[in-house]
Amino acid sequence: MSLHGFQSISLLRTYNRDSGAETGLPMPSGDKPNLPTRRQFVAAGALGGAVAVIGCKSQPHSGREFLSVDQAATLGALCDQIIPADDYPSASQAGVLDYIDRQLVRAYRRHRDAYREGLESARQFARKRFNADPETLPAERQLQWATAVERGQHAFFEMVREHTFEGYYGSPRHGGNRDAVSWKMLGLSEPPNLGRSQYDLNQNPNQDQSKGGRS
Amino acid sequence: MKRVNAVVIGAGAAGGIVAKQLATAGMSVVLLERGKWFTAADCRKDDLRNQRTTVLGNAFGPPEEGNPRVWVDPKGVAHIVRSNEGSYQNNAACVGGGTLSYGAQAWRYLPQDFRMRSTYGAPQGSSLEDWPISYDELEPFYEQAEYEIGVSGDYSGTPFHGPRKRDLPMPPLPPNKEWGILEPAARRLGLHPFHIPMARNSVPYNGRGPCMRCRWCVGFACEVDAKNGSQNTVIPIALNTGNCELRTECMAKEIQIDDHGRATGVSYFDADGKLQQQPADLVVVSACAIESARLLLNSKSRLHPNGLGNRYDQVGRNLQGHHYTGAVGFFDFETYDDVGPGASIAISDYNHGTPGLAGGGMLANEFIRLPIHMIDRMPPGTPRWGLAHKQAMRHWHKRSIVIMGPTQQIPTAAGRVTVDPGVLDKYGLPVARFEGNVHPHTFDIGEVQAKRADAWLKEAGAVSTSLMSWRPEMVSAGQHQAGTCRMGNDPHGSVVNKHCQIHDVDNLFVIDGSVHVTNGGFNPVLTIMAVAYYASNALVSNWKGTGFRS
Repeated sequence: MSLHGFQSISLLRTYNRDSGAETGLPMPSGDKPNLPTRRQFVAAGALGGAVAVIGCKSQPHSGREFLSVDQAATLGALCDQIIPADDYPSASQAGVLDYIDRQLVRAYRRHRDAYREGLESARQFARKRFNADPETLPAERQLQWATAVERGQHAFFEMVREHTFEGYYGSPRHGGNRDAVSWKMLGLSEPPNLGRSQYDLNQNPNQDQSKGGRS
Repeated sequence: MKRVNAVVIGAGAAGGIVAKQLATAGMSVVLLERGKWFTAADCRKDDLRNQRTTVLGNAFGPPEEGNPRVWVDPKGVAHIVRSNEGSYQNNAACVGGGTLSYGAQAWRYLPQDFRMRSTYGAPQGSSLEDWPISYDELEPFYEQAEYEIGVSGDYSGTPFHGPRKRDLPMPPLPPNKEWGILEPAARRLGLHPFHIPMARNSVPYNGRGPCMRCRWCVGFACEVDAKNGSQNTVIPIALNTGNCELRTECMAKEIQIDDHGRATGVSYFDADGKLQQQPADLVVVSACAIESARLLLNSKSRLHPNGLGNRYDQVGRNLQGHHYTGAVGFFDFETYDDVGPGASIAISDYNHGTPGLAGGGMLANEFIRLPIHMIDRMPPGTPRWGLAHKQAMRHWHKRSIVIMGPTQQIPTAAGRVTVDPGVLDKYGLPVARFEGNVHPHTFDIGEVQAKRADAWLKEAGAVSTSLMSWRPEMVSAGQHQAGTCRMGNDPHGSVVNKHCQIHDVDNLFVIDGSVHVTNGGFNPVLTIMAVAYYASNALVSNWKGTGFRS
């Protein structure tokens, strides 16, 4: 219960809007990706070449399961302000876009509309205010843009923030945290030390020897 | 279907024990479980999909689809919630119930915890009561739970515990780094730190090996099966008797009642969704506080038009869990050693005895953290995102300690479970609906507890701290849910008698956390288990071979 209790507030705030989608109530309208998904491509291929024409829309395909090229670019710019690169990779460099894109056809199907609309608004805002697409903005401008998105599209920004942190600090199995890079950044052994090795390793490279005196 | 002596509904902490006690006494038992039987191989070590961090779903049930509940907020607005949302108040739905994936703190309540009303008087607006049984009556069954399930730890550091005849069967795990930092600090404050009792093997026990001390502990099935729950202790024993049949993925629909108002069995949906009837001499409901109340309320009949045990509108009331508060401390040296289960040190000095406060709770260091848990636990003033947040994570992740504890809740009759006739689950059954809030005095106690955690961290050398104290506008239940079928001597103010028998149906029992009158300032599982042994003992002693007479 302990942590759960603290999480519940943010879960409510962020996730409660369209809970009907998972409870047998009608799905929100327009619950379709704006481009065929990878799965649909596979299905189309299995049915024969003629059907594959569906994939040839005017917009170039991003190679992702849900996000279009523009959506991925906008989201990448936003995620990389939430977790920028320094000595360690940025959010998108660590695979956060892969994480979010995958979940939008899995556990986060209910957030599709919010992503579609939120990313479009954020992109339009960048064009209007800075006369450029967000991914092309210089770093300082991009930060101004992200800050404005946080203020103007607060619920959307909070959702992206949470999903970005999940993708960056969560299990690598979901496409984010590539090569467990965030865990290595935090000084956690990867693969983890288990069992007696914790005690047997006097020279644990991850241990801060200089200030451990109190224990 | 062939008639059996007993149907037990729910294979969790209590249901597993009841099934084992009845089956070893020679009774024929069917144990129904709505979830699946997971094993250690289902650990997965998935930081985003386990039973504690559920953003991508619950690892151990119930599934996110088809199992809604309804939460009514303080403004009276009803929200339909999915099973992986905090307001769903989920525990688990699988063989072992919460004990498959819990943190496994295995506490005895204190003698005063059974006499809360006598000790403090009932705060205004509360339904604070005494239990009809005492710590002393439960003591032998606490011991039975500690030995049969398997508990490690050491109470010798604290005078704040009830009398006990035997020490715990296993020593504590070797201390981690946080113990080394917090133990001397607690002593300097005049407190009595000791090793948390845990249903976790510290040495080989019950044919399984000890904890390998990994990071993926609370919320996960133990990868090496060193965590002790009903699924790897009592349930296999029950099945080995040959007297017990476990049926998984079977959802109870209602308890069936004859013209005399007595239980005749259970109707349930089997794994294929087909409606089945299981006749039985007696029925035991062990579905956890929320679902047990829901099943009783959904079991309506001519003689019980408002549901079973609900003649005086008591079923579902007094819903309670724990109000967790505490503090995070930030240090200028490393505190984190990546050694599970992490939670290692506790104090019970503050459970009782503070003037003006009706109780308190134990305080302990938090379970080993996953990085995702620290996102919103950075020092005050840290930006919520951006480069500074990333660098704060890097700097503080291994230089922080969380101390928190379960403040004992002051129950209210208004905090309750009902059923929502308008919202149905995938079986077509009305779902559980929550109303009410935590009694405000609970929050007052929680605030004091947070300051105590803060003081402990500062004494241990924290250079800064942040309090985790809050007043949620929501009923509290979750994994520690309890209270909905209160045990008592007065049928007007309770649902079951001191032997967990429904007051007006002598062959129907509720045996799980539902019967807790109050929920202690501790994790409740060992008390749920002790009550299960205690009630099973009474049930078996009164069993006359072909029928039940109390």
